[in-house]
Order: sequence, then structure tokens, then C-alpha cells
Amino acid sequence: MAWSAVVSEAREEAVRPSRIRPLLASFAPWIVPLVLLLLWEAAARFGLVTARLMPAPSTVALAGWKALLDGTLVHHTLISTQRALVGLVIGGGLGFLLGLLNGLWKPAETLLDSTLQMLRNIPHLALIPLVILWFGIDETAKIFLVAIGVFFPLYINTFHGVRTVDPQVIEMARVYGLDRAALIRRIILPGALPSILVGLRYSLGLMWLTLIVAETISANAGIGYMTMNAREFFMTDVVLLGIILYALLGKLADLATRLLERRLLRWHPAYQANHGDRN
Amino acid sequence: MAQVALSSLAADPASAGLSLSLAGVKKSFGAVPVLQGFHLEVPASQFVAVVGRSGGGKSTLMRLIAGLEQPSGGRLTIGGQPVNGLHPDLRLLFQEARLVPWQTVLDNVGIARGPDWRARAEATLADVGLAGRGQEWPSVLSGGQKQRVALARALVGRPGVLLLDEPFGALDALTRLEMHRLLEGLWRERRFTTILITHDVAEAVALADRVIVLKNGETALDITIDIERPRRELADPRAVDLQRQILEAV
Repeated sequence: MAWSAVVSEAREEAVRPSRIRPLLASFAPWIVPLVLLLLWEAAARFGLVTARLMPAPSTVALAGWKALLDGTLVHHTLISTQRALVGLVIGGGLGFLLGLLNGLWKPAETLLDSTLQMLRNIPHLALIPLVILWFGIDETAKIFLVAIGVFFPLYINTFHGVRTVDPQVIEMARVYGLDRAALIRRIILPGALPSILVGLRYSLGLMWLTLIVAETISANAGIGYMTMNAREFFMTDVVLLGIILYALLGKLADLATRLLERRLLRWHPAYQANHGDRN
Repeated sequence: MAQVALSSLAADPASAGLSLSLAGVKKSFGAVPVLQGFHLEVPASQFVAVVGRSGGGKSTLMRLIAGLEQPSGGRLTIGGQPVNGLHPDLRLLFQEARLVPWQTVLDNVGIARGPDWRARAEATLADVGLAGRGQEWPSVLSGGQKQRVALARALVGRPGVLLLDEPFGALDALTRLEMHRLLEGLWRERRFTTILITHDVAEAVALADRVIVLKNGETALDITIDIERPRRELADPRAVDLQRQILEAV
């Protein structure tokens, strides 16, 4: 009896630190931002920085709370998110389809790839004056810019992913009688998926970047509009709030792709759950 | 488990071997001739090992029989029927396991699908000693286990001809012996015609009914291995003598 009690105690002791360690590990990345935040708050409180140019984090939080209560925060965030997602679906979808087409079918690559590579080298934000001339300053202009921004990362990574599927596995699949449709669906697409997801992550980063620029130029709603409007009235706290919102939305998009990767790439040794926990 | 293995191995007409014949088969890559009028008659259910140095035409011969390359001349027939390209009754075990990493072991074995493929794949996995491992990812398997899955994938459709392209070359000695016993056991029960390409003379003598030495694209030796089965992988004096004969011809 006593012996078993000792054993169970020992086992608990062995378990406890391994439960706490992951908690600590997940908290560790937040230490530096928290310390910076505290320093910033202190600097603003003690007048080390001009509060008008750099309000304290508590002031920004208060501005955020007020905007949340009067509904403007949700309103602007929803409008920005909608623009971002519509642009992503159009531009990213086209990039994915063209990457697939050019990766699978040599004549299409010969015909299209060099043109696309040429266009890729134009910074898409350089198109802004042209886009304003074409579409004016309405929704289409912003969505168009986002679509162009997200197109290339998805195009290049889908193309690259399709082309780098292990040729030995493709040959095996042919020998085992898979027809072209099954080959694409069961071998090539899943094989290209890690690369496609890398493209998606790049695209999501560019999606927010492009949207920020587009909304700052001209808009009557959205986070960019909110910050530009606040600048005119010297509401620095709202400007900072907008910047933080962009950071949070970007982080959220990144998190979503990570979850997607973990779910879709379960087979990949690098993504296998409790890969490191096993011992 | 033995019960399960036996039931899935029960003799049925479709699993019998098919004869194989190459008549005057030629193949050259550009101006370089690899095979110049090659002849080979393999009766149904025979186990043939093809031995030779690298560059001697072994791999080309294998890829021609598999339908992965087109011959520049000559005729290939399987089961008396002329063949042009891939043949559904012929399966190939590659040097590497070539499992699809994003499909489970079971999906890999059943890659050719067909009616009832799940049940057949489960049964064949049991036959190669991997019962119940169907839901695992290939990445967690050892080299020997991967090659067992590849063997199950080759055998699940009950092929008439099995081609093996140095499939055990990358395995350690013990695992290789295990694979030899497994392959010999399955072959004795299913009687698929087997062509084993190898550079390992001892492996050829241990497994085959007949050893062919391929040298500069021609048959340098065609010898029958008349040692009763199951064979022991020990130094049988007859095997040693045969190995010496083969090595002299290589």
C-alpha cells in the first residue's frame, strides 16, 4: 500500500513539471511585448513622450472600448475584412487556378508563364494611380488592388508545388493504373498542398498590406478610413487603435493558416501533433 | 492471424501466374544500344532472377517489361497476349518503397482501388505481417515496413506477374532475410510469375528457380537452381557452387 502510494506520488511529480512547462513555453513569447507595453505606459504617464503624439496604451484601450460600444469598431472592421476576403478569393483563386494549369500542362506554361513573371516584377502598389484612373475611388479599386497583391504568391507557390511533386511517386501511380483525374486529385494536389499553403500565408500578409494602403488613399469606411479620419482631428489614440487592429487581423489570418496546415498536413512529419511530446 | 492470412491467400484462378515472353526485343537510347535482340521465355509461375553489373541492361529490361519504356523493336507477350504499354496483371516493386506520404498505409495498399478494395487491402496487409497498421502514416514506418507495404500494394490486385527491381538493396541484412522469407512464402502460395532484378548473387540463388546473367545486353548465363524449398540461407554447398558459377559469368 505504502509502496504504491509512493509510486503514485512519484508519478505525479514526474507529470507536474511537464504540464507546467508547455504553459510557460506558450507564455514566453508574450513576455517581451508585455514589458514593452509597460515601458510605453510609464513613458507616457511620466511625460517622457508627448501624449498627443504617442498616447499611453491605456488611452488607446479606452478609445478601442468606446469605438466598440458605439459600433464603429465592428462596422469598420467588417467592411475592411469583407474587402480583404473578396480580393483574396478573386486574386488568390485565379492565382491557384493558373498555377495549377501551368503546372499540369506544359503548353499553358510556355504561353503564359513568362508574361506572368514579367508582371510579377511590377510592384502592385505602383498601379495605384492607374487603378484610380480606371475605377475611380470606389470599392472595385480596392478589391482590384488586393486581388493583384494576393495573386502572385499563390500562383508561384501552386505552380512550384505541382512541379515538385516527387516524380517517382507519380510514376508509381501511373504504373498502378491511376487515370489523369485520380492522379491530380489524389497525388498531385495533396503533394502540392504544403507549397500552396506557404503561398496562402504570403498572400494573407500582402492582402492586409495592400488593403491598408488602398484604404488610406480613399475610402468612406474601413479601418484605413477610420485612422485617416482620426488623423485629421488629431485623435492619435484612434490612429494607434487602427494600427493595432491591423496587427491583430494579420495575426488572426496567420493563425488560421497554421491551423489549416496542421489539419491538412497531418501526414507530414513536421506537422504531426505531439511530435515533440512523445518523450 | 494465421487463419486470416490463409483465407486471404486461398487459391483462386485469378492469382495463377502468367507466362512471359520476350522475342528479339531491342532498345537503344539515342545511338547507344542497350538491348540488341533479347530473347527470354518465362513459363507461368516461374521465379527468375536477373543478375548483372550496373549498366548491363537490367533496369532497361525491367522498365521494358513493365511498360514504362517502349522497345525499339521485337515483341513482348504476357500470358500469350502481345503487350504494348502498362499491363493490369503486372505489378512492380520499386527499389524505393514509393509510398504516397499523404495517404494512410491502407490507402497506399489500395491505391488501384477496385471493388471491395478496403477489405482486400486489410487482408493483404495481414499477409505481409502488418495487420492492423492500416491507419498509420507511412512516415512512422521503418524501411523494412515501408517495403512490406509496397509489397502488399503490389500483391493486393493478385497480379499474374510480379517484377522486383532490387527491392531489398537498401535494407539491412536481417530485414533483407525477413523479406526474402516473406516473398518466398507468398510466392509459393500464390504462384505469381516473378522476375527479380538484383546485383546480389546470393539473393538470386536463395530465391529463384532460375538465374539469368545479363551482360552487355545479352544473356551470358541461364542456369536452373535446383535446391528444394523452403531454402535455408546458410552456406549450402550447392548454393555456394552456383554462386561461384554465376559470379564467373557476371
